[in-house]
Formats: sequence, C-alpha cells, structure tokens
Amino acid sequence: MRYLVILKADAAPTNPPPELMEAIMRLGAEATSAGALLDTAGLAPSAAGARVELTGGSITVTDGPFAEAKELISYALYDVRSKEEAVEWSNRFLALHRDLWPGWEGQADVLKVFGPEDFAPQA
Amino acid sequence: MESGRLIAGLTRMVGDVGLAEELAQDALVIALEQWPSDGVPDGPGAWLMATAKHRAIDQIRRRQNYDRKLQEVGRWIEDAEPDPGDAVAEKLDDPVGDDLLRLIFMACHPTLSTEARVALTLRLLGGLSTDEIARAFLVPESTVAQRIVRAKRTIASATFELPPSAELQARLASVLEVVYLIFNEGYAATAGADWTRPALCQDALRLGRILAGLMPDQPEVYGLVALMELQASRLAARLGPDGEPVLLADQDRRRWDRLLIRRGLAALHNAERLGALGPYCLQASIAAVHAQAPSIADTDWVRIADLYTVLVHVWPSPVAELNRAVAVGRAHGPAAGLAIVDSLASEAALKDYALLPAVRADLLAELGRSDEARAEFERAASMTRNDRERALFQARAAQR
Repeated sequence: MRYLVILKADAAPTNPPPELMEAIMRLGAEATSAGALLDTAGLAPSAAGARVELTGGSITVTDGPFAEAKELISYALYDVRSKEEAVEWSNRFLALHRDLWPGWEGQADVLKVFGPEDFAPQA
Repeated sequence: MESGRLIAGLTRMVGDVGLAEELAQDALVIALEQWPSDGVPDGPGAWLMATAKHRAIDQIRRRQNYDRKLQEVGRWIEDAEPDPGDAVAEKLDDPVGDDLLRLIFMACHPTLSTEARVALTLRLLGGLSTDEIARAFLVPESTVAQRIVRAKRTIASATFELPPSAELQARLASVLEVVYLIFNEGYAATAGADWTRPALCQDALRLGRILAGLMPDQPEVYGLVALMELQASRLAARLGPDGEPVLLADQDRRRWDRLLIRRGLAALHNAERLGALGPYCLQASIAAVHAQAPSIADTDWVRIADLYTVLVHVWPSPVAELNRAVAVGRAHGPAAGLAIVDSLASEAALKDYALLPAVRADLLAELGRSDEARAEFERAASMTRNDRERALFQARAAQR
C-alpha cells in the first residue's frame, strides 16, 4: 500500500546544512534499495508557485507565496506493507533533521493513498 | 523487510537459518514489549540486530556450556579460550546487503522444490506468517509449515555463501523464477474466489526492487522488475466494480498507474543499457508496448508478435507460444493466430491450461465460427479453477 508523506515546516531563514542533505540522500538511497521508496522530491517555496481557487462559482488564480503559516518542503511516496512502516521511515527522516539541523521544527504528514486493496470486492 | 535483514545477518552468524529465524522473532517480540513503553529507539534496525545478537551469544554460550558438560567432567576449561561473543560480533560487521543476498539465494536453492522455495522466500524475506502464506496459496497451514520445516532441513547443510560466478546465472534464474511466481499468483490467481491478490504482487515487487538494489549489474533482474512494475500498473484496471476480471482489450487505460509505468520503463531502460535480451527483458519489452499504446487497436501488434518470436526462441515455452498466437492473430489476422494455436493442441504442458481453449475461442469468434467458439469458451470455463475466470468464460460463451 502506498503512503504519501508531506513534510511541512515554517520557512527557514537559512539553507539546510549540507550534512543534512547528504544524510537525506543516503536515507533515500536506502529506502529505494529496500523497495520502499517510489518517488521523492523537494518542493520550491510557494513564492514560485500559484494557487487556482474556485469560490462562489468563479475561478481565480493567485501567484504565491501562500499566506499559510507552514510551507510544504518535500514529498515522498512509499510503497510499504503497513502504516507503521511508513511512519518508521518518516521517523528516521525527521531524526536526521533533529540531529543535523539544530532548532529546526516541522512535521511529516503520512497519508494513505487509495490503492487496489481499498477497492477489493467484499467477499 | 527489517526481519529479512535480521534473519540474513543472524544466519551468517549462527550458521542455521532456523535458529536465526527464532532469534529474529525473539528480538521482534522484545521490541513489541519495550517500544510502546520506552519509545522507539533511534536506530530501530540496529537495535533489533543488537538485541538478536545478544540472544545469539547467550544461546551459543549456553550450547557451548552444555556441550562441555556433556564432554568430560573434570576437564579444565582454558582461560585463554576466546570469547565466542567477540567472534560473533566481528562477523556481524560485514555489510548487511550481502547477507540479504545470501539469504535470498539460500531460500531459492535449486535443491528445493518450487513450492518450498516460494514458501521459504515469503517466510524469510517477505516476513509473511505460515498462515498468511497458506491463505495466499489456498493450501492448509500445516502443509506450508511442513514445507518450510523440510526446506530448512534440506538447506541446513548448504553454505551461507553467494553462488560462485560459474553458477551465478543458473542460481539467479531460480531466484527470479520464485519472485515472478509469487507475483503471478497475485496477478492472476490460479484458484479461489478472487481474480487478483494485490498483496502478493506487492511482496514480489518489493523483493524484485530489493534484488535490483543488491545486484545492479544483472540485466535480467531489471528485466523482471520492469515486467512486474508494468504489469502491476494495470492491477486496478483489471478488476471490475464487482471484482470480475477485465481483460486487456476492455480495460480503461486511464486507470493504469502512470507512476508504475514510468518506473517500469526506467527499469527496462536499465536492463537494455546492460545489453540484455533475456526472457524477462523481452516480456517487459512486450508489456512496455502495451503500456504506451493508447488503445488495443492502436497497439503495435507487429512489434509484439516479433518480440514473442524472439522470446520463444530464447525461452521455448508453450505458454509464450500461445501468447505469440494472440499477437500474430492481431497483427496478421485471426487465421494466422489460429494456425499457431492448433499446432499447440497436443502440447502436454497445456493439457489443463484453460487459456488455450479461451484463446482459440476468441480467434474462432473473430473468424465468425460462433458454434465452435462457444464450445471452446465452455471448455475453458470447465477447466479453470478460478471462480471469477470461470464466470468470465461462461459469459463469453453465452454471447456466441
């Protein structure tokens, strides 16, 4: 089953330390060779994006940045046996931030992606 | 997968896959007891390995003590004897990836029957319980348990080493066969009430991806991964709203999983870069033609027929030949396809293969020979052991 993990945090005043990026690459390689990580990428600040919105019957387009407190930092798509396993990979991901980027705070939302197992006929 | 790693590392250490499995189980049980109250440790994998290692050292010490007592009472034990724990700890420092690969080769050892290889692989590497394996293959749990016990006994004398390079290709073929069998049992269940069992496909895909990570220079490993990713991309579209099978021609291609297609094409590219024309690469190439075709009519059937011609040449198989008949039927007309099918009529390996009459029925129907087509669909329905497939063939027969 697939889980989409979205990393959210306040916009950081500085770039992440290179050691952290290196550790993230290593963890990504490990998750890939374990057959668990399907896809992952970082997301540019919302200032580089736009929002398309439907309200009151009309569609509006607004350029970023968005007003929310938190920015979306990255996403990772896992293919794992259980929610616990997806949580575990996310745990390790955040532990890297804790150890290598003092003071940084953020959250990783682990969301289940609907898959064939959710549409299996009721036997 | 953590349990597979554990078992692999421990097998090298204690030299007995059965004992290694017990130790890994023990460590997982301890984790289940401790983690909820103490919190998950920073390196859960390392923690598990360390815990299992301690249990192993305890066990070895106990066994050595026992052996000593059995030997002569009164013989002095020399103080200088090295601590067995040190030797064990040293062994554990080897890269874990190699252990995993050794375990895969051990579980797929050619001295084992195919069923035993499948059961052992799912148990040791997929982390499935005997009960789960039994349910997946619709056999009694006791049968699976016996298979595993016997298999472990058979391989007990095998060395926990990678096969020598002269044997590597043959041994690898045995591994790939097991992984693909698991995938196929999930993709088109041979028996039972469900047409597909996605969880088995997932297990096989994961094993294949791990294998590709461990053996990045083997084109056929990428070929198998590509084949499985591409076929798995169609899993959702293969099931109708009531769980009935939907064949390729009738699938809603918008429901194909684009990500898996992309991954499959990338894996195929890797295989081709390594210069491969093995059976899995060829089948993946065929699946890739389908994956990129906008519709069944706009499919490059000539290319598919050509690929099947190469495939049956490098990997002679009546099933592949039957698939070639389908492709030739599409590329060069149903009569040409039917001629190939009819040449397979006396093939002993296809005696109980429901798709033989089913394919023949399709070709007959296209030629307007409705009565014969109906009879063949009915024959196919009477031959399959899968309930969903039977209903499909019966419906096709009724349409004639």
